[in-house]
Amino acid sequence: MSNIKNISRRSFVKSVGLASGGLILACNTPVFSDKDKKPENLVDFNPNLFVQLNSDGSLILIASRSEMGNGVRTSLPSVIADEMDADWSRVSVQQAVGDKKYGDQNTDGSRSIRYLYEPMRKMGAMARVMLITAAAQKWQVPETECSAENHFILHTSGKKIAFGDLVEIAKTLEIPSEENLKYKSPKDFKYIGKYLKGIDAKEYGNGSAIFGLDKRLPNMKFVAIARCPVTFGTVKSFDKTEALKISGVVDVIEIPRIEKPFGALGGIAVIATNTWAAFKGKEALKIEWDFGDNQVYDSDQYMNQITENVHKQGKIGKDLGNVNNAFKNAAKTIESTFQLPHLAHTPMEVPNAVAWVQGDSCEVWAPTQAPQSTRKEVTDYLETTEDKVTINVTFLGGGFGRKSKPDYVVEAVIASKTINAPVQVVWTREDDIKHGYYHTVSAQYLKASLDKNGNVTGWLHRFALPSITSTFMPGVDYAAGFEISSAANVPFDIKNLKVEIGQAPAHVRIGWLRSVINIPHGFSINVFADELAYAANKDPLEFRLNLIGNDRIEDTKDPIKYNTARLKNVLKIAAKNADWGKELPEGHAFGLAVHYSFYSYVASIVEVSMKNNKVKVHNIYTVIDCGIVVNKNTVTAQMEGAAIFGMSLAYYGKITAKNGAIEQGNYNDYKMIRMNEIPKVHVEIVESTENPTGVGEPGVPVIAPAIVNAIYKITGKRYYNLPLSDYDLV
Amino acid sequence: MITLRINGKKHDIDVEPDMPLLWAIRDVVGLTGTKYGCGKGLCGSCKVLLDNSPVQSCLIPVSIAEEKNILTIEGESENLQLLQESWIEENVPQCGFCQPGQLIAATALLDKNENPTDDDINEAMIGNICRCGTYQRIKKAINRTVELKKQS
Repeated sequence: MSNIKNISRRSFVKSVGLASGGLILACNTPVFSDKDKKPENLVDFNPNLFVQLNSDGSLILIASRSEMGNGVRTSLPSVIADEMDADWSRVSVQQAVGDKKYGDQNTDGSRSIRYLYEPMRKMGAMARVMLITAAAQKWQVPETECSAENHFILHTSGKKIAFGDLVEIAKTLEIPSEENLKYKSPKDFKYIGKYLKGIDAKEYGNGSAIFGLDKRLPNMKFVAIARCPVTFGTVKSFDKTEALKISGVVDVIEIPRIEKPFGALGGIAVIATNTWAAFKGKEALKIEWDFGDNQVYDSDQYMNQITENVHKQGKIGKDLGNVNNAFKNAAKTIESTFQLPHLAHTPMEVPNAVAWVQGDSCEVWAPTQAPQSTRKEVTDYLETTEDKVTINVTFLGGGFGRKSKPDYVVEAVIASKTINAPVQVVWTREDDIKHGYYHTVSAQYLKASLDKNGNVTGWLHRFALPSITSTFMPGVDYAAGFEISSAANVPFDIKNLKVEIGQAPAHVRIGWLRSVINIPHGFSINVFADELAYAANKDPLEFRLNLIGNDRIEDTKDPIKYNTARLKNVLKIAAKNADWGKELPEGHAFGLAVHYSFYSYVASIVEVSMKNNKVKVHNIYTVIDCGIVVNKNTVTAQMEGAAIFGMSLAYYGKITAKNGAIEQGNYNDYKMIRMNEIPKVHVEIVESTENPTGVGEPGVPVIAPAIVNAIYKITGKRYYNLPLSDYDLV
Repeated sequence: MITLRINGKKHDIDVEPDMPLLWAIRDVVGLTGTKYGCGKGLCGSCKVLLDNSPVQSCLIPVSIAEEKNILTIEGESENLQLLQESWIEENVPQCGFCQPGQLIAATALLDKNENPTDDDINEAMIGNICRCGTYQRIKKAINRTVELKKQS
């Protein structure tokens, strides 16, 4: 039984947001972990992917995932269009609202293509077969004499008919059997694996793309909210007199704290007729806060505390062989301690949302990576049912994980309900930096032993970091499984390996940020491995390839196993592209890093120079193996962007807290890489027939350690902490 | 009443004279292509041309912009249109949010300098942050536009 159906005549077409008419196919994609399960029977058919071919030839795909620069609105339809032999210029994309019927809509974890490649191809192939069948019926010829090409069905006699003209017949056909479904040969792909331009590029360039911040409703009020400087602090009292005097301010209301992971922080909201008046009104508020327990948070002291915790034995995360024996019998042992700060996402578009509550119903327009959890949060707050809540997904002006957390939507819903009007809540940049879901802060301690030949015989990795889990289960003060595994699964061939975790309570909301735990672990592991190469008196490239060891498939108890041959391959290609070992200008050096994350393999080699004790990155050679590539343009862009994202955190990324309040507030003290600092980024994508894996995130973790390793080569100084601005190097 | 001349069209608006031009354009006139990114003149997302000079509209009080010619991303200028084409050809945008500001900054550069060096481009674009990191392609798109203009 197929998991794809012809729903052209089903009544629920309208409920998924498509106009009726045309040939409409729906697919019931299993979630990834259920991949091996048989498609469910027809009674349970619960489709979550939809494609519609209209009689005018237009082809519409519903994009279930959010567009935030990840290119998903281009790559997903290109797969269907290719397999269907459709004309790309006839394809348009309609953004899905948040609804379980669209399957998993969480646009995070670098998995849109990983989850949806196969079902997209299958739908495309089925549509093609149905159109061929329709043409064969119309012409009264055998199907074998018909073929599809660029939105037409051709007959061997030379006659042809447009896709759109076959819709009426195709609508009536049964879905073809999957056993006989023929897919295109990859050599015939027109879009898959090619460089396809972004489907929304024009709108981005002329200002007509509507981001959340650009949504307007009649009589909509603008809202700015003053939140307690200390996480989870509350309002004791407030005076709104001065705020109400500001022209354009119409009201001041209290926003309660909603004690849920994505609930509103609470605070005082200024309602105004324009954003500026709301911002000014917020500044004019006089608020007395109860700062609460987290006012003890001092990030410098905290770093000392978690560093102490990694200098003593912790809880066991993994214990292979006998590390203590290895250390005892070593020719040499090396140990290092790393300190890595909190980071903030700072997407260029600040958190914002439009909400309109009417009775027990609510409509939201928001830049969200998580339309369904947004719907759930709103439904819970309004104590209504999900069918009364519509979440429209706008373009996202960047997400990076911040917009997976819909606290800002809940605020808008509270404000709209309270004043009984449509509202747009707009965070200032300061709000964004001071009230985020921060990337964790961590202390890391690594110790390794070398035998007399310079081989690594033992490896101890101990770290302490406030867990993302603490956001969902307050009080959790040790790293969770997913935060341990990327250290525990270090891809090195070491017989004695131990991972320990130290205590680290959270004092701010901890959240996932592009590449998540791979940033700190990728940094400490790559810098430490480089340090070991020098201790062993070996070339870092040769040393690293040996450390990864022989070709093997490692069982990480994940649905996808990792393959050390692919890991070594990306490093070797990067070395070849950079011409590792070549003579560089005086004061220049290469540094390398290689990391496996989101099931993809990435290596970067950076060329750095030091002049007057300042770092300059000249070239970055990145190689990614992410299996089958759908859009080379997107993958290349993501690697280029990841290089800049990685440089920003390496150079400047540091969020600190004093008396519980975040000290940074805007791009002057939370800096980003700018045009004058960019290197040339050279990207190579490994040709592969393996299943597609992550792209959005895995390019980030390698950048900072590769830079630090290059600096060591030039200066002989090893920098264990980030950012480099703390050492006055940038 | 303050009169703004945006993209060749007059708008009479009733706002406080200290309201930054950004919010007058976005919330009062209703052109949302000009973006808010930082409110402090640090990111360039809000750039517009004021009498042909690039300004961060989040810092300029609306009273100062009165009676001057304002060009936003929705407007028409030879270099802006050429750059918009190159932006598409070079696949510049990722999330796209900062790109109106980037395009306005690049337009201002090419309006004054037909043959910018790499340093000229850096200087003109240093005030514009792209969190997605599209800088390399922005540079390529600017250079492509310069080359096209030379050929024509």
